[in-house]
Amino acid sequence: MTATVDSPGLEIGKARRRKEDARLITGRTRWTDNLQLPGMLHMAILRSTSAHAKITHLDTTAARQLPGVLAVLTGADLAGEQGSLPCAWPITPDMKAPPRPSIAVDTVRFAGEAVAVVVARSAYAAADAVEAIDIDYQDLPAVLDLEAALAGGSPLVHPDLGTNRNALWVFDSGEAGTGGDVQQAIDGSEVVLRRRFRQQRLIPAFMEPRSVVVDPTGDQMIVWSATQIPHILRVMLALTLNVPEHKIRVIAPDVGGGFGGKLQLTPEEVLTFLVARRLGKPVKYTESRSDSLVSAHHGRDQIQDITISANRDGTVTGLKVDLLADMGAYLGLVTPGVPILGAFMFNAIYKFPAYRFACTNVFTNKTITDAYRGAGRPEATFAIERIMDELAVELGMDPMQLRRKNWITHEEFPFTTVCGLTYDSGNYEAATHRAMELFGYDALRMEQQQRRERGDAVQLGIGISTYTEMCGLAPSRVLGSLSYGAGGWEHAAIRMLPTGKVEVVTGSSPHGQGHETAWSQIIADRLGVPFEDIEVIHGDTQVSHKGMDTYGSRSLTVGAIAALKAADKVIEKARPIAAHMLECGVDDLEWEAGRFTVRGTSNAKTIAEVALAVFAAHDLPDGVEPNLDSEATYDPENFSFPHGTHLCAAEVDTETGGVRLRSYVAVDDVGVVVNPLIVDGQVHGGLAQGIAQALYEEAVHDESGTLVTGTLADYLVPSAADLPPFTLDRTESPSTSNPLGVKGVGEAGTIASTPAVVNAVIDAVRHLGVRDIEMPCTPRRVWQAINQGGSQ
Amino acid sequence: MWRITPASLPHADQEVRSVVAIRVTVDGTHYDDDVEPRMLLVHYLRERLGKVGTVVGCDTSNCGACTVHLDGHSVKSCAVLAVQADGREVATIEGLARDGQLHPMQQAFHDNHALQCGFCTPGMIMQAIDLLADNPDPDERAVREGLEGNLCRCTGYQNIVRAVLDAAQRMSPGAGPDMERAEDRHAAPVAGGGGE
Repeated sequence: MTATVDSPGLEIGKARRRKEDARLITGRTRWTDNLQLPGMLHMAILRSTSAHAKITHLDTTAARQLPGVLAVLTGADLAGEQGSLPCAWPITPDMKAPPRPSIAVDTVRFAGEAVAVVVARSAYAAADAVEAIDIDYQDLPAVLDLEAALAGGSPLVHPDLGTNRNALWVFDSGEAGTGGDVQQAIDGSEVVLRRRFRQQRLIPAFMEPRSVVVDPTGDQMIVWSATQIPHILRVMLALTLNVPEHKIRVIAPDVGGGFGGKLQLTPEEVLTFLVARRLGKPVKYTESRSDSLVSAHHGRDQIQDITISANRDGTVTGLKVDLLADMGAYLGLVTPGVPILGAFMFNAIYKFPAYRFACTNVFTNKTITDAYRGAGRPEATFAIERIMDELAVELGMDPMQLRRKNWITHEEFPFTTVCGLTYDSGNYEAATHRAMELFGYDALRMEQQQRRERGDAVQLGIGISTYTEMCGLAPSRVLGSLSYGAGGWEHAAIRMLPTGKVEVVTGSSPHGQGHETAWSQIIADRLGVPFEDIEVIHGDTQVSHKGMDTYGSRSLTVGAIAALKAADKVIEKARPIAAHMLECGVDDLEWEAGRFTVRGTSNAKTIAEVALAVFAAHDLPDGVEPNLDSEATYDPENFSFPHGTHLCAAEVDTETGGVRLRSYVAVDDVGVVVNPLIVDGQVHGGLAQGIAQALYEEAVHDESGTLVTGTLADYLVPSAADLPPFTLDRTESPSTSNPLGVKGVGEAGTIASTPAVVNAVIDAVRHLGVRDIEMPCTPRRVWQAINQGGSQ
Repeated sequence: MWRITPASLPHADQEVRSVVAIRVTVDGTHYDDDVEPRMLLVHYLRERLGKVGTVVGCDTSNCGACTVHLDGHSVKSCAVLAVQADGREVATIEGLARDGQLHPMQQAFHDNHALQCGFCTPGMIMQAIDLLADNPDPDERAVREGLEGNLCRCTGYQNIVRAVLDAAQRMSPGAGPDMERAEDRHAAPVAGGGGE
């Protein structure tokens, strides 16, 4: 790492109100579903009600005859052209990757899979016609349980594969040479603790349902989609459907949240594309919430067997992780790689000398899983932060004291972990000190003791999470070493307009993050132009032709750095022109605050003046093209590693099992902060999603494989009344991985909060004999744990 | 009250379906339209009137993204038929700003960073205005409970609650259809990183 931290400018660090808000608060937003094109048709989808079945009868005659219905198409109609939806991450050479149809041809493998599509002149007519389709299934035995799926004699999701095992992926520090042999470490330790944790299945539940409009004009196809990944979508559509890439234009207009859930090439996008192409008319598909919950990819769903070893003094000696991860019925874009993103995070902030991770990916007859906010890292952080609490109990230590004894100290950065990753910077001591101060840790411990002694009905628990995570996906060479199918760079362009205004084109694709504001702040500082004079453009492959899009807390740490580097090129292009204008040598010029000044004089030209001179182009130096516009593609050298200390105080009613979060303190270190309003907002939302996993949300299937939490009445996305106010603060350890010193914040809150909450709930009732409570910690589960005096 | 007239749908020669004539005022403009009796108000707003500022987030009335005002009270427009709006006044997010000036609730959402993706925002703002009409001086808990029927996936609600409390300060009591305008208050800077 040779990068240095630039001195902060005027805009970076300012709590700028967002540019994006103007259209969002007035209802002038450009959602995909708002599009109305002349002659546009509407598509609706009939979905399988069976988790695993043969389609024995499919009659669309009645549906075709309904008024306003233009076409009803089945898997048989589309089999020849639908291709197979892609998986971009073959994690091992022998990974099993079954073909994934957008529409089932003769067999359905999860309840919710598309079996027929209707195209009609209105959405109502399309919905009516779906009801009129006659379909029969012959049910096959469904594979629903991860362990049973691997047992001999289990029914198979894909009989052709001969197994439900997708892949086995192993990292062993002894074999990799990054640490010791974990079995030796465990065998030689004084304390060994084993725990099984369950990461329940979650649903991203972005607020804007997915929507896609495809407009065929000649052989040109314009695709509007509520997606996080317009650029990847374009490539993947081309590859999947064998359509020339240059004939596809993808536009992601305003997109209403994603959280990883819109990081996908979806069956719905492919089907809309195929149907529009076939009919030669623009076609729209907008999913209902019920469609969304059952068909958009899910997240998490792992069984985690964790073994930790330590000496009696509390020094950890080894960590062994065995995972079962549910893929669902097929592989999505990065499905098999999600657990692998967590593989490097189980050791977290602790100095484990030996580590082994093994993950078995399993197919089941359920909706696919894929990236959901944090993608692998929340699962890892939960497991390690939970078991550190259990180890503290085993050792009779304060859980914070145990963490202190084992974490990387601030003098030890950069620190190469037992996984071989190099953590860029951090100060766990400072964040923890501040969090404990804000939380009133000692006073709460005292109150907890008093309540226990009094035997109060409402008991108090304190939960700790001292997390780290990796952001800035990703150095391309690292992705290559993990067999990922693409790079991790990002692209940007700066266009200097004749009037001195600036257009920043970014390959990142925001869907709520506030890029338009943050990128404006960064470029305002770099080019010395007003914040208001900058327009940030994104999400249209015809305008922003190159990009890797938005996920994995990568936009600021990779995308904004690309924009910064493009701005630097603008300055370098402007320099000889400014020297010519000022009749001096380029070495006589100083660049500061948006102007070139002749050293030692007051003669100066602003970047806007140079831009105007370039526009006129009447008098430029010989051989200099009349153009300041510049592009840059930035590939990060390293990840960045935000961290923080989260503390949660939970009150548990031992008579009802009800949990109330009394206070929540989050002190995060995300490096240099570009906009504190946006950073705090990201933390707030992340906390809500992590708390939701701890207490509320779970995608539940019944014994037939039907999703029973298929509406927002059943899948409990928390409301304002379900969440506490949060207390936030920050420490700042600038990243050394990029020139801005930024680290990324999109996933931190989600990653950190789930174990903090569950640790607090268990801490409240541990004296009653409770050692674990499965997530979500519903009143029923908590009550049962208390009354059975043990694990639930 | 409903004037039922059979009408042929274009391109559907054999199909005769009842439509109902309705007269609705939306954001101050009168509309006379024929609608299918089953048409939801939100679809009428979006598809017939082009009022796409009001959005659909679910199909079970849980998310509140489609919240509008019907005769001055918030309703989820996915749970109201267009025919039920006959003879009544509908106010949507698109009618809030007047003469280029934002409603104080819109301004408070902007100033307090109470939105990220913004999909829930129209419904959230409409519900928040209704909440203050009922209770002009709510405490934090009352705001949280008053917004219980509106889901947001981005903000964790912290800044939404803050915005509503801020708007309550800015607005005179009795915000509703005849809401007061806030003073043009210069937004106070927010200190970076401080405690919440």
